[in-house]
Amino acid sequence: MENVRPIVEIKNLFKSYRRGSQVVPVLEDITFDIAEGEFLALMGPSGSGKSTLLNLIAGIDEPDSGIITVGDVDITTLTETQLAQWRAINVGFVFQFYNLIPVLTAFENVELPLLLSPLSRGERKEHVEMALQVVSLTDRMDHYPGQLSGGQQQRVAIARAIVTDPTILVADEPTGDLDRHSAKEIMDLMDRLNTESGKTIIMVTHDPRAAEKAHVMRHLDKGILENVHPQDPL
Amino acid sequence: MYILKILFKNAFRHKLRTGLTILSITIAILAFGLLRTVISAWYAGAQASSAYRLVTRNAISIIFPLPLSYKEKIQQIEGVTTVSYGNWFGGVYIDEKNFFPNFAVEPRSYLEIYPENVFTTDEKTAFLRDRKGCAVGRKLAERYGWKLGDTIVLKGTTFPGNWEFVLRAIYRGKEKSTDETLFLFHFDYLNETMKKTAPGRADQTGIYFVGVKRPEMAAEVAAAIDKTFRNSLAETLTETEKAFQLGFVAMSDAIITAIRLVSFVVIIIILAVVANTMTMSARERTGEYAIFKTLGFGGGRIAGLIFGESMVITMTGCAVGILLTFPAAAAFGKSMGMFFPIFYIEPETIYLDIVLSLIVGLLAGIVPTWRTLKIRIADGLRMIE
Ligand SMILES: Nc1ncnc2c1ncn2[C@@H]1O[C@H](COP(=O)(O)OP(=O)(O)OP(=O)(O)O)[C@@H](O)[C@H]1O
Ligand SMILES: [Mg+2]
Repeated sequence: MENVRPIVEIKNLFKSYRRGSQVVPVLEDITFDIAEGEFLALMGPSGSGKSTLLNLIAGIDEPDSGIITVGDVDITTLTETQLAQWRAINVGFVFQFYNLIPVLTAFENVELPLLLSPLSRGERKEHVEMALQVVSLTDRMDHYPGQLSGGQQQRVAIARAIVTDPTILVADEPTGDLDRHSAKEIMDLMDRLNTESGKTIIMVTHDPRAAEKAHVMRHLDKGILENVHPQDPL
Repeated sequence: MYILKILFKNAFRHKLRTGLTILSITIAILAFGLLRTVISAWYAGAQASSAYRLVTRNAISIIFPLPLSYKEKIQQIEGVTTVSYGNWFGGVYIDEKNFFPNFAVEPRSYLEIYPENVFTTDEKTAFLRDRKGCAVGRKLAERYGWKLGDTIVLKGTTFPGNWEFVLRAIYRGKEKSTDETLFLFHFDYLNETMKKTAPGRADQTGIYFVGVKRPEMAAEVAAAIDKTFRNSLAETLTETEKAFQLGFVAMSDAIITAIRLVSFVVIIIILAVVANTMTMSARERTGEYAIFKTLGFGGGRIAGLIFGESMVITMTGCAVGILLTFPAAAAFGKSMGMFFPIFYIEPETIYLDIVLSLIVGLLAGIVPTWRTLKIRIADGLRMIE
């Protein structure tokens, strides 16, 4: 790996929630980079702000202050509409509870993000089949989520996340709801996506076994980032 | 494309709830349609009235007659084309419950003034020739299975005795709105009998039907007629046929207003029902809509999903309701035929059904859409488990 430039740059990020009249700080002055092609595991106790940080990087939440640059775009400056368009192109999401649309088949769920792209029907089909092939579910594409196991649903969710070939892949406890065997399958898949396809992955996890696959581990505690990566300029 | 599939699937995800909502819309549309049809049936007489016709009656009250001698004088007034006259006979066919309007009219001029009652030439001639002949509307003939040549007996009420008539003609209405339940017979038959049995009541008529040259002249001609008979023994009141008909209807104006109000209240209730259903389902799907948003679907598309679902539900109910309105109105019209000679669904009622359903569908989507769009994605995603 020569001259890896950061794909995500986070500078002085603050985020707090308001509970009634009380302001609860969640993230305090977070600064770090994520290199292109990196597989980052975000760990930390419950309530430490991992999901909050991930959501900020993925552009589904807004910080109080600070800068988040993904690719060349400072996403904190985007309007809500611009942010939605940006997400559609740049971010693939994997959640703990799969979050598939129950009334759509596996194929249609994977195709969903492509509906926002200018691709033709035929091109979409090609992309969807390719994505389903990556997760080895081509034989289940006409199944509805309710007809699939948890592990299979999560694989469909991963196919949906990669079908647009996004800049970053974010995953919030992708194995949190799975048994050990399915969890391993998912982690192997994530690993392959990272090593074989060079995807940049940011994953929140509680599971040390899952974190093993990552190159970089960061620990978040009470809103403060620890274990800063040696490569990071400080 | 999937969006449509999502709409329909979402709409019918909660089958019982959606089914009940659609049922309520169907019933509402049905009720609305029938109520409106009843109202228009009520006004049908006035609606069908011609702007070319005036009605002259006794100024004191419709129950007081006018002398037959007025005919010549009315005829001479500027702007008058034809003058006919007639009496409400009020005869009963076998039993009181068999109600239909029956009039003694001067047939030749009457048929001329009422061209919307269409006769075949043969039957018209036969009717005019037979002093004891009668002519009836197609619907009335059908109701009692009368055929040409049948003898029909009416029991007089204001004119005592049993009156025998021979059916000589059956007319059809030129328009849908033409009353096809009239029973018409020769004024002379009534008058001649009166001359013999009650001379005091002979040579008198209840109403003059006056044809005018041009509708714009109606007011002028009416005033001229009434002026002619001012200070005479029987002063007249002349009004347009429409005003005359509405005079009858006006008695029940309050009821009509109430029915009209109810028909719109029904729509408002249904709005509440659909809005409730939509709010419930949108709330249940907060997580799903958060996923759509996460994937980059904008507010417009999310709104489309919710409004679309609302529309699917309302328009399904509307369509079923409209389809059922026709047989329901037909059945209703059949059983109410004697009160509402003209009972048909006006196209406007159907348009109104559709427009109101569209409005209900749109309004019902507003609150759930606003709520869904307001929820931050991160919070929406938290609701999934
Ligand atoms: N919408 C919100 N309103 C108020 N407080 C919030 C909101 N979202 C998160 N929080 C609070 O912010 C803190 C961090 O939450 P976050 O979900 O980021 O934690 P986490 O590290 O992902 O925890 P877990 O491991 O349990 O998923 C928690 O104390 C949480 O209660
Ligand atoms: Mg979390």
